[in-house]
Amino acid sequence: MPTVSMTVNGKQVSGEVDARKLLVEFLRENLLLTGTHVGCDTSQCGACVVHVDGRSVKSCTMLAVMADGASVTTIEGMASGETMHPMQEAFREQHGLQCGFCTPGMVMSAVDLVAVNPDPSEAEIRHWLGGNICRCTGYHNIVEAVRDGAARMRALGKAAAE
Amino acid sequence: MTMPPSPLTMPPSPSASPSAVHVTAAHDSALKHTTGEAIYIDDMPLPRGALHLALVTSAWAHARITGIDVGAALALPGVSAVITAKDIIGPNDIGAIVPGEVLLAEDLVEYVGHPIAAVCARDEDTARRAAALVTIEGAPLPPVLALDAAIGDKHYLLPPSVFLRGDPDPDLARAPHRLTGSVRVGGQDHFYLETQVALAIPGEDRDMLVHSGTQHPTEVQHLVARLLSLDMNAVTVEIRRMGGGFGGKESQATLVAGIAAVAARVTGHPCKLRLDRDTDMEVTGKRHGFLLSWDVGVDDEGRILAVDMTLAADCGWSIDLSPGVVSRALSHADNAYFYPHVRLTGLYCKTNRQSNTAFRGFGGPQGMMAAEAMVDHIARTLQLDPVETRRRNFYGPGRDITPYHQTVEHFRLPAMLETLLASADYATRRASVDAFNATNPTLRKGLALSPVKFGVSFNKPEMNQAGALVHVYTDGSVSLNHGGTEMGQGLFVKVAQVVAAVFGLDLDRIKPTATTTGKVPNTSPTAASSGTDLNGMAAKIAAETIRARMAEQAAALFEEPVEAIRFESNRVFAGNKSLSFPELAEACHGERISLSSTGFYRTPKIHFDRTTNTGRPFLYFAHGLAVSEVAIDTLTGEWKPLRVDILHDVGASLNPAVDKGQIEGGFIQGMGWLTMEELVWDKVGRLRTHAPSTYKIPTARDVPAVFTVELLADAPNEEATVFRSKAVGEPPLVLALSVWLALRDAVGSLAPAGWVPPLAAPATPEKILMACEEARRA
Ligand code: FES
Ligand code: FES
Repeated sequence: MPTVSMTVNGKQVSGEVDARKLLVEFLRENLLLTGTHVGCDTSQCGACVVHVDGRSVKSCTMLAVMADGASVTTIEGMASGETMHPMQEAFREQHGLQCGFCTPGMVMSAVDLVAVNPDPSEAEIRHWLGGNICRCTGYHNIVEAVRDGAARMRALGKAAAE
Repeated sequence: MTMPPSPLTMPPSPSASPSAVHVTAAHDSALKHTTGEAIYIDDMPLPRGALHLALVTSAWAHARITGIDVGAALALPGVSAVITAKDIIGPNDIGAIVPGEVLLAEDLVEYVGHPIAAVCARDEDTARRAAALVTIEGAPLPPVLALDAAIGDKHYLLPPSVFLRGDPDPDLARAPHRLTGSVRVGGQDHFYLETQVALAIPGEDRDMLVHSGTQHPTEVQHLVARLLSLDMNAVTVEIRRMGGGFGGKESQATLVAGIAAVAARVTGHPCKLRLDRDTDMEVTGKRHGFLLSWDVGVDDEGRILAVDMTLAADCGWSIDLSPGVVSRALSHADNAYFYPHVRLTGLYCKTNRQSNTAFRGFGGPQGMMAAEAMVDHIARTLQLDPVETRRRNFYGPGRDITPYHQTVEHFRLPAMLETLLASADYATRRASVDAFNATNPTLRKGLALSPVKFGVSFNKPEMNQAGALVHVYTDGSVSLNHGGTEMGQGLFVKVAQVVAAVFGLDLDRIKPTATTTGKVPNTSPTAASSGTDLNGMAAKIAAETIRARMAEQAAALFEEPVEAIRFESNRVFAGNKSLSFPELAEACHGERISLSSTGFYRTPKIHFDRTTNTGRPFLYFAHGLAVSEVAIDTLTGEWKPLRVDILHDVGASLNPAVDKGQIEGGFIQGMGWLTMEELVWDKVGRLRTHAPSTYKIPTARDVPAVFTVELLADAPNEEATVFRSKAVGEPPLVLALSVWLALRDAVGSLAPAGWVPPLAAPATPEKILMACEEARRA
């Protein structure tokens, strides 16, 4: 079996995996990072989105061995200690969740959106989230949360720059 | 007497502390959901030796099984067992209402996807590969693969149900206008984002603990006990949360939990069955598709005089919950309208497909669709204003008896209609839509309004009961348990708010705990929008019982009458004396006063006679109205929702943010059902839309650009529900009928007035395009 090693949420990890093992399985089963969910198993729903080298990826669509040497961030790696990521705060405060199953993937996608487009319009948010299904909320509060989260991230970025 | 742990203090005067109810509070697990810490069943660490299961299912829609060969599967390294019907110790029966529905097929399979066997292996991958090695031999039988064929052959699972009031035939015959019509509506996959899952763990004494993603833990407990030939006290079913349910995990969860439990018994190992998305969609039941037809007599003003309707349900292969679904369809086929004479007939059609089941609204939406399609038919044919036609047919004084003989009380729609017409600027927009259509050959707009009157209570009176268990600990923290399950709808936070309000505590002092049959027994499913009404009331009663005991102790300590005791702001007051809540809890414990209580609630006033289909099945009605505007491209059939305005009645909302979330989510789910989610079976009965790649769920791109949701203000429930709130889970889904009606309106603009667009549901772009072409020929 091939060995993979990668950085996950800032920690160096490695393991022997079946070449067919998906990144999402490696994260959930080997590393017990179960915040990354599986909603469709087939690259449609976005519940499994993580960041690989800073960009959002559906982790059910990537083999673990393809992430060899990469830096992976999961929902568990978004908060720093007790301080939540501004996008996480926004989802909580804007009621951008009901059953919560889509939430980790939504947050990860949204953070990537703000990385490439710090001040997305509502239309841009809706377009970007086209690959993230939510069956509960009707998206209204999710879009509000992404907008709010983007504003928080901008404010934080500005504060850091000053 | 034990003295309280600290001297009686002067009150920090009980500043009008906001009660915990009627305020927005985040979902109880909001923080955990955003950090990924919330644990779903698939996230639970597996016990030692746990096995993973994969299903072997029928490739035929209808066949006699002649042989099952598991040799090759068992030979695969890592496979422990293959479970078939022979391994079931008790009766092979998981019928939810009527016995006779097998867990695993014995000699007969009745749909493509019918479970026959389950492979148990060391991991999911091995189990799935082994399942593919099981060979099933069978002799195909002729299947019934279309609803029309079942209707034609009277291929019914049960005899028809009839609701009758008055004598419709004479008034139909002499009505100034008599219209007959029909419309077809498809089913809908639940697409809860978390697929069905169960983990069964065998214990000592042949006990079985089942973690089941179920809306109905008691039913899973009951049926697992039956399958394993155990007493119910040997089976415990637990669920902390589901990733969505929508009715799909009411009866259908039993299949998954039952197979896991049988496998756990046979192998002696903990067994987990998680359906992957495709298997979930191929195996489990969906919303019932219906053929809705009407024969209606109306006067020149469009007032309904008599109605004869037939609602033919595609039940799939087995009865499951269809009696309840059809009953609710019939009891909502009036929607908001008075039918002076009425006959409603429900047909239980059997097809060789998945066994259709509960889905948000439970038949109600299909019944209401019949009413709305019929009223649309009347307004278009007689060329009347559609809003005015609805208003004229509303229930009202002297016109207030439903087809099931319940009197409609506290009917809020007439007043709500005026409010929404004004806030949505309906009249101006009607004119501008018409003006737009007069000058645009390609793009057309449509505008429509639809009302909802939804009966709240389970149709079956005996299901309207609930239990709760509340503990106060000596540090003043509270543990809350009840029979309701959390699937994202915010039940746990709402019930916690109720308990916090009773004790005058901050919400964070109340801990909602996992639903388990070991704490609260003999519960009803979390369904029929009744979760908060029932469990909130049971929890309130439990908390009030404890509060009364604590108040007596406080009265003794304060030397004040018990009537003077108030629980507010995390303290207990009488006059100018006060104690903190934990101090009083500690004092009660010192005095050997119980700080734990159950609570039990049964809905008052309701009754229903199932032989005559008459009575008062509903304690009250929830109301709503929506105005939707759409635009279609008449050359491609593509469309967009432009604006939606909703006014919805939730009584005195316990939690406005949660309630609005239910309305928004329900509406979009309803819009998906009526416009994009199309289930397609092929000629041999295989479901071809068994993943989101082919089955289109609304995404963030599909929802209206302008979406205004208002809760009806100052509208406490006239009935004595929990803090005068109203149920909210299902009613808003039906507001999406306004989108479907707006699409018909847009298509209708292409044809001369008086023409009725033949647009069924789901109104997909293909169907819209076809309807446009017919309109141009009209
Ligand atoms: S599980 Fe990866 S996209 Fe659905
Ligand atoms: S909150 Fe349930 S799927 Fe999005």
